[in-house]
Amino acid sequence: MTRSLTMDRPDDRNRLDAMAQGVIGQPLDRPDGPAKVTGTAPYAAEYPVDGMAEGVLVTATISKGEVTAIDEQSVLSMPGVLAVISDQRMTARAAQGGAGEAPVQQVRQVQYYGQPIAVVLAETFEQARDAAKHLKVTYREDDDAVTDPHDPAAPTETYDEPIDQGNLAQAMAQAAYAVDVTYTTEGHNSAPMEPHASIAEWDGQTLTLHSSLQMLAYNQKELADSLDLAPEQVRLISPYVGGGFGSKLGISPEGVAASVAAMQLNRPVRVVMLRQQVFQCVMRRSETTQRLRLAADANGRLTGFGHEARVSNLPEEEFAEPVTQASEFLYPGEHRRLAIELARVNLMTAGSVRAPGEAVGMQVLESAMDELANAIGMDPVELRLRNIPDQHPSEGIPYSSRKLVECLKAGAERFGWDGSDRTPGQRREGEWWIGTGMANACRVHNINEAQARVTLSPDGTAIVASDMTDIGTGTYAILGQIAGEMLGLDPADVLVQLGDTTLPPGSGSGGSWGAASTGSAVFEACEAIREHLAEQLGTTEEELTLKDGFAIAGNRRVALPDLLAGAEVERTGHFKPGEITEAFAAAMYGAFFAEVAVNAYTGETRVRRFAGAFSMGRVLNEKTATSQCMGGMVWGIGSALTEELTFDARDGHLVNPDLAEYHIPVNLDVPHLDVVLVDERDPAGSPLQAKGVGELGICGAAGAINNAIYHACGVRVRSFPMTPDKLLAELPDP
Amino acid sequence: MQLTINGTAHEITGDPRTSLLDFLRHDCGLTGTKKGCDHGQCGACTVLVNGQRVNSCLTLAIMQDGHEVTTIEGIGTPDAMDPLQAAFVKHDGYQCGYCTPGQICSAKGMLAEAANGWASFVSEDLDGKVELSAEEIRERMSGNLCRCGAYSNIVDAITEAMSTQTAGAE
Repeated sequence: MTRSLTMDRPDDRNRLDAMAQGVIGQPLDRPDGPAKVTGTAPYAAEYPVDGMAEGVLVTATISKGEVTAIDEQSVLSMPGVLAVISDQRMTARAAQGGAGEAPVQQVRQVQYYGQPIAVVLAETFEQARDAAKHLKVTYREDDDAVTDPHDPAAPTETYDEPIDQGNLAQAMAQAAYAVDVTYTTEGHNSAPMEPHASIAEWDGQTLTLHSSLQMLAYNQKELADSLDLAPEQVRLISPYVGGGFGSKLGISPEGVAASVAAMQLNRPVRVVMLRQQVFQCVMRRSETTQRLRLAADANGRLTGFGHEARVSNLPEEEFAEPVTQASEFLYPGEHRRLAIELARVNLMTAGSVRAPGEAVGMQVLESAMDELANAIGMDPVELRLRNIPDQHPSEGIPYSSRKLVECLKAGAERFGWDGSDRTPGQRREGEWWIGTGMANACRVHNINEAQARVTLSPDGTAIVASDMTDIGTGTYAILGQIAGEMLGLDPADVLVQLGDTTLPPGSGSGGSWGAASTGSAVFEACEAIREHLAEQLGTTEEELTLKDGFAIAGNRRVALPDLLAGAEVERTGHFKPGEITEAFAAAMYGAFFAEVAVNAYTGETRVRRFAGAFSMGRVLNEKTATSQCMGGMVWGIGSALTEELTFDARDGHLVNPDLAEYHIPVNLDVPHLDVVLVDERDPAGSPLQAKGVGELGICGAAGAINNAIYHACGVRVRSFPMTPDKLLAELPDP
Repeated sequence: MQLTINGTAHEITGDPRTSLLDFLRHDCGLTGTKKGCDHGQCGACTVLVNGQRVNSCLTLAIMQDGHEVTTIEGIGTPDAMDPLQAAFVKHDGYQCGYCTPGQICSAKGMLAEAANGWASFVSEDLDGKVELSAEEIRERMSGNLCRCGAYSNIVDAITEAMSTQTAGAE
């Protein structure tokens, strides 16, 4: 039996707080922890399959043109080599998140340097890798490739409908204080620690793919569409995912290549991307150029707000980094302009990388807000407090629960913020300039359709099942806690099964919607089970208490196995976003506070202290939610100081396609992170009163570091990442 | 040619190009050791060879003749976790879990290095007794990347496991 809920209005019943088990929100250890720390959790490439062939992808060494010949004979005589496949069904790109259909195929039409063009199969990995390196490929090259992401001559189009209200130019001219600045950010790579990997098995009817993916219900359709199979003929298995951060939202080229090869060779095939391929042919976050125009009155209240961005992507891709997403509603200003220009370039696919939009939009907006605070001579916290709109500045709709003020105050208190003197270059320790900075955090709240099945067994234990994934986010933990709370069970007595398309389709992991969406499906299923148990006990669901394996109503207390009398109860919850998504501006909020040291001689920046206060609706597990916030802050440090995709402007090849040259933060780059979770319930967020937390911690974090650098040494770097070379030229005399 | 892995002898008979990492994962079925980059850049493949931590992707299996290798499978099991593993669970010193076996093997090797007085980039002096401050742990664990950003918790987990072990020794 399925119980459906289309969320059209806030759920003010606050049912979880009415439950008795007391496990929701608790900082419980992850149930998947022991498997992960002992190396026994199997990831995509780690299933023992007999008779498996190994495949290695071959990628293009031109930026645009056509593969005219692949000399298979150049490698087929090498030991162990089985085949060279360059099939029309193979995919030249990864699918965008939520696509549900095949990405661009036509692997022989080259649109970017590094595009997959073939896969080489051999008995062993060593043989396949060697053969892939020796494969002779002939190309016809086009001469009209756009290979510099910043090329002003690249064809551009206006993305979506710009927001134009009032007269921003006039507001700027008449403002008591105005800031008109342009920042740039460079491209990012998700760089999950587990490279994209797939094992394909074909039995003539059904294709089974062990793969590392975030959104299985959509990936199933994408793979089926790529292979001209019916979705029912494709089974995806992905119980453990070694990080995704957007790069595994859609099916990626190695999975389709493994599938095509398995069908052709009639034997299982494993294809694991080399780390360089993860960089070259999955997804990048677009570089951005962002112009911020902020007009304020004498009290620091915004009257005009402009945020215009240029981003890039390949031809035929619909995705454009939604840079202005939070800018639409975070700050007031009746005169507004928000717009995104999309340039078409021949560089790898641009797509979702953790917190698409806000990750780079907020860090620039919050740097510009600091410039405004300095222009006014105001504590930047005070400037934020004075600029909290009463309603959505363009759409006029109300906000759902918004704890920005509480976050600003809690974060400032935890950090020991003193905003009274923002004069830069005042504090020096040895060869280091010391400064502090802050920024708002903001990320839109998303929900997605999801189903989950909950089975209460006759012995009083439960199983939660969905094709939902846990990409490190804590899904196993929180779904068990939701079911445990609703059914009165110790979460240890709730088994959570994920990551298999034979289970009901969940929301997938992405856009911070996993917990609120699939969690709500679990909640719905549990409500239906509670109704059944209440009926059995002769009471109502509202009057029923479930605790420690007992059903309690009035003066009756019955153990669940006795009440169930040998019968299991199974219900499926089906959660759908409805009118609620248009009725409120729903978002997660927070505030960052950073202290940095800038070397007076080298321009090197070290983050010495970093605190964040965050609100995300109900916290479902304090431990995993805190970890999510920390992870975001680490990404903020990378985005601020080191991470950038560097392309050779001549041919568009990525110069730094590995973890030695693309610098993600290492342990020593990260100080102790101080995270405060601000208590909140958002009835418009979900029936759980929860929103999302997977991305909030990055949204604005690099802005706080930018502002701290300015406060330390008086250099305003308007180009991210803020590498030493950009500071050196501007540093004061040491 | 033979090496010992977690106390069990294994013959090396395959392709001489096979890295120790691929030997462990493909030939021995010991998939707890992870491949993150295959170039010695991420540390996910860290194992102990004769008690010292090495990136198993940077050495060939045939170079390990006669050596003793300890992988994550040799450190503890879900039912009998090493104190370090238990501390990682308690402090949420991981998220996706992919870098985790490497982090734990690396921490094992790092603790031994510190006990032997090895200095690091952040050590105040080069020949004194090593006190593993948080800063020392961060520096010594910087060869193990964690994209989920669990560093703060990893340091807490190692610190706790260290104090438990010290308490046990006393």
